[in-house]
Amino acid sequence: MTYGTTVPYPAPSPGPQDRARTAPAGTASEAPDLPRLLPVHGAVPVDLRTHLSRYGAPPYFGHPGKLIPVLKVAGLTGRGGAAFPVHRKLQAVGEARTRPVVIGNGAEGEPASDKDKSLLWISPHLVLDGLQLAAEAVGSEAVGLYVHRNARLQERLRAAVAERAAARADLAPVEIIDAPPRFLAGEESALASRISGQPAMPRFKPPRVFERGVVGRPTLVHNVETLAHMALIARYGPAWFRSVGTRDEPGSMLCTVHQADGRRGVVETGLGTPLRDLLQLEGTQAVLSGGYHGAWVPSADAAHMTLSNEDLKAAGGFVGAGVLVALPAGRCGIAETARVARYLALESAGQCGPCFNGLPRIAAALDEVASPRPDPRAVTDMIRWAALVEGRGACHHPDGTTRFVRSALHVFREEIRNHSAGRCVDPAREPFLPLPADTALDAADWS
Amino acid sequence: MNGITQSTALWYASRATGVVSLLLLTAVVLLGVLVNRQGRLPGLPRFVVTGLHRNLSLLGVAFVAIHVITAVLDPYVTIGIVSIVIPFASAYKPLWLGLGAISLDVVLALILTSLARARMSRRLWRSLHWLSYVAWVSALVHSLGSSNDLHGGVLLYMAIACTLAVIAAVAWRITHAGREIPREERAAATLARMSPARAPETRGTPRNDARPPASGNRAPENVR
Amino acid sequence: MKRELRVDPTACSGHGLCAELLPELITLDEWGYPIVARGLVPRSLDRHVRRAVTDCPVLALKLLPAS
Repeated sequence: MTYGTTVPYPAPSPGPQDRARTAPAGTASEAPDLPRLLPVHGAVPVDLRTHLSRYGAPPYFGHPGKLIPVLKVAGLTGRGGAAFPVHRKLQAVGEARTRPVVIGNGAEGEPASDKDKSLLWISPHLVLDGLQLAAEAVGSEAVGLYVHRNARLQERLRAAVAERAAARADLAPVEIIDAPPRFLAGEESALASRISGQPAMPRFKPPRVFERGVVGRPTLVHNVETLAHMALIARYGPAWFRSVGTRDEPGSMLCTVHQADGRRGVVETGLGTPLRDLLQLEGTQAVLSGGYHGAWVPSADAAHMTLSNEDLKAAGGFVGAGVLVALPAGRCGIAETARVARYLALESAGQCGPCFNGLPRIAAALDEVASPRPDPRAVTDMIRWAALVEGRGACHHPDGTTRFVRSALHVFREEIRNHSAGRCVDPAREPFLPLPADTALDAADWS
Repeated sequence: MNGITQSTALWYASRATGVVSLLLLTAVVLLGVLVNRQGRLPGLPRFVVTGLHRNLSLLGVAFVAIHVITAVLDPYVTIGIVSIVIPFASAYKPLWLGLGAISLDVVLALILTSLARARMSRRLWRSLHWLSYVAWVSALVHSLGSSNDLHGGVLLYMAIACTLAVIAAVAWRITHAGREIPREERAAATLARMSPARAPETRGTPRNDARPPASGNRAPENVR
Repeated sequence: MKRELRVDPTACSGHGLCAELLPELITLDEWGYPIVARGLVPRSLDRHVRRAVTDCPVLALKLLPAS
């Protein structure tokens, strides 16, 4: 079975991006191997003509639903962090009785993550292909791309959409929708609220957005990377997709990798890649996986782990949206965690009592623990508050924050003991983890 | 009993139940503000405040029912039955009685919508519930104009006390609404209370500086 | 019908009536917000559950089909 027109894609020579296994012999040699989503050389944005000559036209199936079994065999899971099976979402929305809405989620509120912006900048047409294929699969004509607030990026995307409309490459018109620069802006229900004209704040579930989302209609929300994978799976098939990755966690993903020396970049790699192939672990004390709702893992453990939920979940972490940060040995992990916890507290939507009461208190307690000779009650208070806030918000902001904080209390316990004795590994407190300069201050910041 | 005595009895009944209705409506308005402000009646559980608010409003409607029916039945004055709910439709003192009809209409609407609260959008219910102040003012002016009862003596003091109480309650509500921290700023406000030395930087807009933080460990101000 | 009790935290403003009316299933945390026991609602508490749900001034307490 052919999935659209395929054109031989130059096989890349093994380079820094290419640490994962290459395709075993016998698989489609025409289909691209790693990197799949981003071009091999440089970061030159791909225009429509190049895109079409490389991949061919988007392989529409001509009928709703046909893409779904393909995605099921491929085992594609969401690349926005939750790793939910993609075919199940499509199935649920496709079965809705009212006409659904399809939104590509490129809000990327996580400060340490660059992959969605990079993908949208460099390979927008893969994302837009996926968006159209998803829309076709669920029978939708209301399609939007929710993008974080960056004028240049949004302009480029509008131009890409216009190009496609002119070339009649799209089945449905695509609206580019602006997302406020909030950590929670990309949360599914916050996205639905924003697109429905309200502030980008999460809502209580039920109903979930696939049942009632944007203006009350069933809404399919997919991370932009997930859509890009969809676009390629539709062309090259599930077997090709599964040629990298592991059996339970197939395929490739984009990771934002922060090295200890400050280098930061987006790489595409197969799931199951050893972490030591992605991060320079020498001279580091811990690795943060899964972003600011993820967890710290000691470098000694990380050296034996792979980029997989199987390994990371056992250590309290998860793959999430592929953020990997290596913390240099000479930094204070508690101080870094305290800075981020403060940011996370300020990014609370302020709707749920446990969240806007608990998170600032936890952040303040962490600040205390990060200071010399901290009050010993700070840690016990923090643990009590963490237990109080978990699961009691409308979204997972409290849960993710407590996961992050708990892992820090465990991984940096040595440093906490140091602080009790009045010592710190890095009294200068040079910030390492990236955070945005602005904090949310009033209602306008959420719209 | 001859006709005039019968009329007097009905007239007295109407006036008496009218006074009680005004008292009950005042109590309901005050309790409504107390519910909104998450206040308590001293020594009593919180559910008493909402329970009383609801039950007294139903009791109030019962008294208003007697109040209007006795007035209609009284042959001494001409008040048609439709003028109970249609404002300004009575032959006798149409303006003052009309205000009473308006008040009753609104109260009935409030009670019906509150019974069906779970089935309507919260925003719609809340917007309608604001009309309770219209109902109270309307009832008060109706009481003052329909007879001379409240123009002197104990009943005058009662009317003044009710008015002052409602004004005080509304003022209390308005001052707190002014000091309420909007959702988007709550976490920052809590953080500022926890560690004043490391308060989040504001952009220096007057609104941010002017608002004092909420007190203590009490649940912060209402979500709206 | 199997149902569970949940509070919509975006609507809840910490009035605290629910904890008074249904102490078997609801306690208040140190900030005045309800902690609702998870799991199915026992039939014996039906009347009290319904009252707590109706009496919440902001209708934040909800009886939902068990997920």
